[in-house]
Amino acid sequence: MTAKTKLLSARQTVEATPMPRALQLLTILTLVGFCFTLVLGLFVAGTDIQQGEIQRIFYIHMPSFFGAFSAFGLTVVGGILYLWRKSEGWDRVALAGVEVGLAFALINLATGAIWARPIWNTWWTWDPRLTSAAIMALTYAAYLMLRAGIEDETRKRTFMSVYGIFAFTSVLVTLFIIRVVPETIHPVIVGASPQNAQGSFEATSGVVMALVPSMLLWLTLMPITLIWHRSRIERRLEAVNRLKMRILTE
Amino acid sequence: MDEKTPIIEVENLSKTFGLLPVLRSVNFGVARGETIVLLGQNGGGKSTLLRLLAGLSKPTAGLIRIGGWQMPKEAMEVRRQIGLVSHQSLLYGNLSARENLDFFGKLYGMAKDERAERIRVILDQVGLAKRADSLARDFSRGMQQRLSIARALLHQPEILLLDEPFTGLDQSAAERLEGLVMSAQREERTLIMTTHQLGRAPTLAGRALILSRGQIAFDGNIARMSAASLGELYAGLCGGATVA
Amino acid sequence: MKTPFRTAVLAIVSKDLRAEIRSRELLSVMAIFAFLCILVFSFALELDRVAREEAISGVLWVTLVFASLLGFNRSLAQEGDQGNLDAMLLAPVSRPAIFLGKLLSNYLFTLIVALVILPLMTVIYNSNLLRGWLIVTTVVGVFGFSSIGTLLAMMTLHTRSREAMLPIAMLPVALPLLLTAVRASTNLLNDSPTREWLVWLQLLAAVTVIYLALCWLLSGFVLEE
Repeated sequence: MTAKTKLLSARQTVEATPMPRALQLLTILTLVGFCFTLVLGLFVAGTDIQQGEIQRIFYIHMPSFFGAFSAFGLTVVGGILYLWRKSEGWDRVALAGVEVGLAFALINLATGAIWARPIWNTWWTWDPRLTSAAIMALTYAAYLMLRAGIEDETRKRTFMSVYGIFAFTSVLVTLFIIRVVPETIHPVIVGASPQNAQGSFEATSGVVMALVPSMLLWLTLMPITLIWHRSRIERRLEAVNRLKMRILTE
Repeated sequence: MDEKTPIIEVENLSKTFGLLPVLRSVNFGVARGETIVLLGQNGGGKSTLLRLLAGLSKPTAGLIRIGGWQMPKEAMEVRRQIGLVSHQSLLYGNLSARENLDFFGKLYGMAKDERAERIRVILDQVGLAKRADSLARDFSRGMQQRLSIARALLHQPEILLLDEPFTGLDQSAAERLEGLVMSAQREERTLIMTTHQLGRAPTLAGRALILSRGQIAFDGNIARMSAASLGELYAGLCGGATVA
Repeated sequence: MKTPFRTAVLAIVSKDLRAEIRSRELLSVMAIFAFLCILVFSFALELDRVAREEAISGVLWVTLVFASLLGFNRSLAQEGDQGNLDAMLLAPVSRPAIFLGKLLSNYLFTLIVALVILPLMTVIYNSNLLRGWLIVTTVVGVFGFSSIGTLLAMMTLHTRSREAMLPIAMLPVALPLLLTAVRASTNLLNDSPTREWLVWLQLLAAVTVIYLALCWLLSGFVLEE
């Protein structure tokens, strides 16, 4: 075979399998849902009396954390199922969960900083909850570094499944830290805010109405759709790399 | 077990490192008491094959059976039957020869008296009885190699896997090692060893496997072959190799 | 067919002890590092009396974590450099036994360093750290660090630049241990009422138990590769 025909046959092998119907549907639903919740948050919900328009960022800020929670949770599920079943698909889900979750966590940190600038008069402060959220993001950055450092393919998948399970502790710490470390200034919207919380606002029916759909979207549709897409890309990437190797070694 | 059934069966064995295929659909069987040399280029998959046989690594695809047990799933059943001499020493530098062997004896569940007796015998056999209480890190390469062999033979395994045992040994050490291999053969152990030294192969083993590009390119009797004709065969299969 | 669990664990621990008594490779490195760490902190945090007392438990735990990281790296490097981990894996020993053996010897060495640090800090920072419950906190917390550190060191053993990889992998995961241990120690040192520090000590113990269980379950997978 000449190099050219080899490449041609290689291309056919990595040709994408058509997008499953369910994924098409999910993608459309997610896009529509995202626009819908944006409209709710930006136009339908009332303006906060004390904080003004900036309070609207909250409709992204809090849901994005729960999106990260969901995605990292799927990493744990993917990891456990990989260790159990040894099927590479689950490891791809775990990896996709980390990347999607990390993106959500960064959105969460960025929106938080933007909100904090006018309300707390600073972009960032070393508050327990902010610190643990930053450490959570770093944990998953460490996941990606560690993953890049392991060469053997099966060893990589196994080790990263294990690490993905442990890394979730940083998510749990972030989630529960305001319950155990009371001196945070971060407000709690659901339930009683800590005494020192600065920038709380009341969860009026308008807030709840805009928040609930957004929360549901970020908890379920967003991470699932993105992770599904990302793991499909990963599969094609692996196929391409395998072919590259085959061509190089033949 | 029936004498004729092979002690090691390898079927369609493949192993991929990262994305690099190291072994591709390898098939062979080894009879009880047989000695095999594995030949092939560096990075040709020889060490990988030994690690797979030892149950230290998992096949990407295919099947390995040792004494009828599937590796590595049922490896626990055959661990006692396998001894490995790796290209690393697998020894603790801060422990003496005796302490090293004692530790591994414990891991193989040998009782105290049995251990002491067995260590005495094996150290004598590899010619290290006088240095039993020196630290392993003070040993020369040849002595470390002999201690490694003592470690691998300590639990009297049926199968002995040797990865490049002759590398870095001087003439007298190599001859001593050859003697050890011969005595293991007399004890009817199954031996699989990799080597670069084609010249040694016919004196050591009746059968050779030549691995080329992760596949078995030759599997046959070399007992009556001269070193030169084996070299020719090897060069033909692996391309441009020099005859040692 | 298998070698009894206890035999294997004891064999590994006694082997590590014997090698350590002979070479003192781990203890000397860890102790000197910890000592330097304490001195450096004491210069760097040129604090007044009150602020220094607030910082003591932080200094204690950060020092312990960094020193233990050095120890875990060295301890597993001893297994990796000559392929000895492979030799252990070849033996008919259950995989968790290998993990537990390494964990116990790592724990023992780190605990020795911790128990040397406590009187040392008492002198340098002029505050009594030799209190019963603080020692209990140390004994529990160090065990938590040792379990997660031993497992992660077994994983980073085969990675590129493993010396750097272990801290990066371990510090974020060890956060729940660090957080609870520091809280418990701070409250203990401030002579807070029992209910204030006991909660933290209980939390620390809970996290330690959970981590030990997870490490135990997952060690089989890590060592199989």
